[in-house]
Amino acid sequence: MKIRNGRLSALAALALAASMALTACGSDSEGGSDSGDGGGGAAAITMLPKNLGNPYFDTSTAGAEKAADEFGGSIDEVGPDAASPDAQVPFINTAAQQGVDALIVSANDPEALCDALDEASSAGVKVVTFDSDTNPECRDLYINQATAEGIAKSQVDLIAEQIGDAGEIAILSAAANATNQNAWIEMMETELEANHPDIELVDTVYGDDDDQTSFDKTAALLQSHPNLKGIISPTTVGIAAAARYLSTSEYKGNVALTGLGTPNQMRDYVKDGTVEAFALWNPGDLGYLAAFAAQALVDGDISGEEGDTFEAGDLGEFTVGADGVVLLGEPFVFNADNIDDFDF
Amino acid sequence: MSDTLLVEPSAVSPTQRVVGGLLRSREIAVGAVLVLVVVLTTIKNPNFLFSSDGWRDLLLSPSLLLLLAVGQTVVIITRNVDLSVGSILGLTAYFTGKLFVDHPGLPIWVVFLAGTAMGALLGLVNGALVAFGKVPALVITLGTLYIYRGIFLSWAGSDRINAGDMPSDFLALGTKTILTIPVLTIIGFVVLAAVGYYLYTARGGRELYAIGSDPDAAVLYGLPTRTRVLSAFVLCGALAGLAGVVYAARYGTVSSGAGYGMELQAVGAAVIGGVAIFGGSGTVWGAAIGAFLLVTINRALPVVGISDFWQRAVVGALIIAAIVLDRVFSAREERRLVAARDEMRKS
Amino acid sequence: MTSATLDRSASRTYPAYSRPLWRRALFTREFAVIALLIAVLFYSNANVPNFDSPLTMYYLFLDIAPILLIALPMTMIIITGEIDLSVASVVGLSSVLVGVLHQDAGMSIPVAGAVAILVGAVCGAFNGFLVAYVGLPSLAVTIGTLALYRGIAVGLLGTKAVTDFPEKWTDLAKERITEGSSYPMILVPFLVLAIVFVALLHFSPFGRGVYEIGLNDEAAHFSGVDVERTKFWLFVMAGAVSAFAGIYYTLRFGSARGDNATGLELQVIAAVLLGGVSIFGGRGALHGVLAGAVLIGVISSAMRLESYTVNVINIVIGTLLVLSVMSTSLLAWVQGQLARRRVSHSSETGQRRQAAAATDSTNER
Repeated sequence: MKIRNGRLSALAALALAASMALTACGSDSEGGSDSGDGGGGAAAITMLPKNLGNPYFDTSTAGAEKAADEFGGSIDEVGPDAASPDAQVPFINTAAQQGVDALIVSANDPEALCDALDEASSAGVKVVTFDSDTNPECRDLYINQATAEGIAKSQVDLIAEQIGDAGEIAILSAAANATNQNAWIEMMETELEANHPDIELVDTVYGDDDDQTSFDKTAALLQSHPNLKGIISPTTVGIAAAARYLSTSEYKGNVALTGLGTPNQMRDYVKDGTVEAFALWNPGDLGYLAAFAAQALVDGDISGEEGDTFEAGDLGEFTVGADGVVLLGEPFVFNADNIDDFDF
Repeated sequence: MSDTLLVEPSAVSPTQRVVGGLLRSREIAVGAVLVLVVVLTTIKNPNFLFSSDGWRDLLLSPSLLLLLAVGQTVVIITRNVDLSVGSILGLTAYFTGKLFVDHPGLPIWVVFLAGTAMGALLGLVNGALVAFGKVPALVITLGTLYIYRGIFLSWAGSDRINAGDMPSDFLALGTKTILTIPVLTIIGFVVLAAVGYYLYTARGGRELYAIGSDPDAAVLYGLPTRTRVLSAFVLCGALAGLAGVVYAARYGTVSSGAGYGMELQAVGAAVIGGVAIFGGSGTVWGAAIGAFLLVTINRALPVVGISDFWQRAVVGALIIAAIVLDRVFSAREERRLVAARDEMRKS
Repeated sequence: MTSATLDRSASRTYPAYSRPLWRRALFTREFAVIALLIAVLFYSNANVPNFDSPLTMYYLFLDIAPILLIALPMTMIIITGEIDLSVASVVGLSSVLVGVLHQDAGMSIPVAGAVAILVGAVCGAFNGFLVAYVGLPSLAVTIGTLALYRGIAVGLLGTKAVTDFPEKWTDLAKERITEGSSYPMILVPFLVLAIVFVALLHFSPFGRGVYEIGLNDEAAHFSGVDVERTKFWLFVMAGAVSAFAGIYYTLRFGSARGDNATGLELQVIAAVLLGGVSIFGGRGALHGVLAGAVLIGVISSAMRLESYTVNVINIVIGTLLVLSVMSTSLLAWVQGQLARRRVSHSSETGQRRQAAAATDSTNER
């Protein structure tokens, strides 16, 4: 009996090996990205968003792919299923091993990715961050969608206008550690203190960029602060979830909502009056610009120094600012009048 | 043989028995905690219960977990566990949205049916592997947790479902109420009542308990263990599928995070509600109250003013407290039974 | 019970084992995993671009080090028939503690680390107490502490992430054993722990006790194994080792966050089960588990190099897990069918039939 069991295990090993070989075989066709040809021409770029399945990043990746088509490079999108820095690190390591020409990252943490990015840089990979930055010394360029001050100011101005510049407001953010959201919130606090003394920020809650959590947090906010006049949600997932809750609740029309959202997600809520106006840049343009910046770095046209200039296709010419930051522009305000002009 | 009863009828009067049973019942205990939480929170902030939104959310928010917990209970009673329910929920929620995108005119009840069937199919895979593969459910469903979520992500890819993709009638279901009770909650209650009734009275239901109490004895006794376990998994999958449709209706958007980590919440709700993790005991009523308690505590903490960062710690402490209390009570019960037996032997 | 029974050796006429050592070592579930690992390594080396670069192994071990570490005590816990789902939360808690103690209390990294390991051991002891002495089912207990410990970790730090660690220590976490070697420093403490755990599980009375408990804890109790104490210490070890993994995690990413290592527990358990440990307890060996952990790492690494993203990797690993547990029962079933047919073909006596039946029932385990 024992002997037979042994034979069985060997058979099991074979069966497993065969099954693995089969799964592995399927992978042949993809082949490796053409690495090593470096220099000009077709740049192999890896795109690493905060997480997959997020419409904001789907749009930005689409923009990057459009740019790659124009300059003849290739974009590979990889990423984790949940937005956490430790899940991003293996993908950065892999990009370093593959020897891709450039890596475009939206960082889940300003510090945690640094070492991995450093190693990638020393392996010859050009590192461009977009949307959410790391510490400046860990990357070559940061493609900033808009200045933190600009974003904070536009949000605060929108909410102040909608609630009559007085009353309690709250913020529904993304993950508690999100770099850019935390920077904007800090700026908003400063802006409120300086220019809107009658508006009181009573609470900040975190929806983790998850529909369900954001939705439930909105409900909790409205109940714990009965005098709430407005909510700012500086994240596309948050504002959509909050709008969905508000649109079906007794607070609809009484509590103002604004923030950063994509027109496709927000269209219904703007039309039914839940949301008056919200802001965003075009994430597609952001990805497009990031891809061109990566290409310019790979070609050696720029080195990330302040004052360098490069061409970004349809968007025109851009100049690298202090700390290697390239600014896309100011956020754009969407409302019932103009929302139908956009599709992203 | 025919005249002597093996078990003496209880000497206690029926009313006393019912009252005593009620006092000792786990469902009542957890229910009392639930009421306490609601009352305390309402005192702190009347909106929690007395605003129309508060009342609606109190009933509506747990409906999702309620469905998962009921399905999970049926599986746990057979001494198995289904860790893949969160992934099934995500997959069917996306499937639901996709149905609306691809076939815009589809009646809503067809979508409900399709989602439930999809879940049942995924549950069937789990059940077949567990029942016929003779491998532990924990391992199988851990595997399918990865597989189903992977399929969900690959399939969903970059196109996610927005509120605009689904008909407004369907989305309205998410908040529609009949006599102030939300429709989704009514669906949950109907499912709860049906499954509870089946488990309590039907032969098949009792056999599930028998299988969970002692699988070997159940086989020797001639119970169809395979089919029963298989159908428990199918039911659990179907309810997770239904929960997926409910998710789509309530939240209006389906992205890659849908249902992430829900499996442990479902098991937690069942455990809090007095379902023994080793099978054979517990009721869906208890699990349902457990689900309500978990969700309500989550919603109550911020209202009471506890930072939302501590919520998970409180939920964990609650689960531990529930099982420790359970143990204390059952130990006391056991001592009492032993004493009663000794008493009987003496006389 | 007389002295006559003692010189059994003289009267024994059968060999100690029915099979030679090499067959006993090779034809096992563990060896199947190792063989598969080698096969995948060869395949990847030949076919996956960049897999043969020295960086691959370096990153691979950096990535799976926490899994390897925690798999050591987890294997023993699962062999006793219990399970610990709270390990990843202990990793998170210890990560947060190191950060908070270092930044706010001004402790040096070794002191903060020692405190974190102590707290990890206490967390494990709490699990162990509830499971071993109160007698609660470990699945339920550790689902509770999974939420509890994670909740404390997230609650302690909130929105903050401590990122201010001395470079000396963050570099140590990523150091290579020797300059230019492709194996990171973390493998040294891992190897030390691995040797300790192998000695403990496979070459000590404590370890035999662990197997006995998994096979039948009542029998173990009556044969003199202190079931409660054994289980208790296993959970304490799991807590302490997880806390150590948490320190490594913190230093490697240079970032202490409450949500570090979320979901790691399922990866650890997947590695342990893939390595041939039975979830019912009583069987399994550490070399299989370690091969299982490396196998998962190699597959993910190779697939990432092929630009597959996380969902496809999840599908493959999930399928592998299911297949690996299915394979034994599937083959047992095939074998049972064969045996039955053989019996019905031959006109042997009932004795043979009985033997076949016995084979069937053993295989069905």
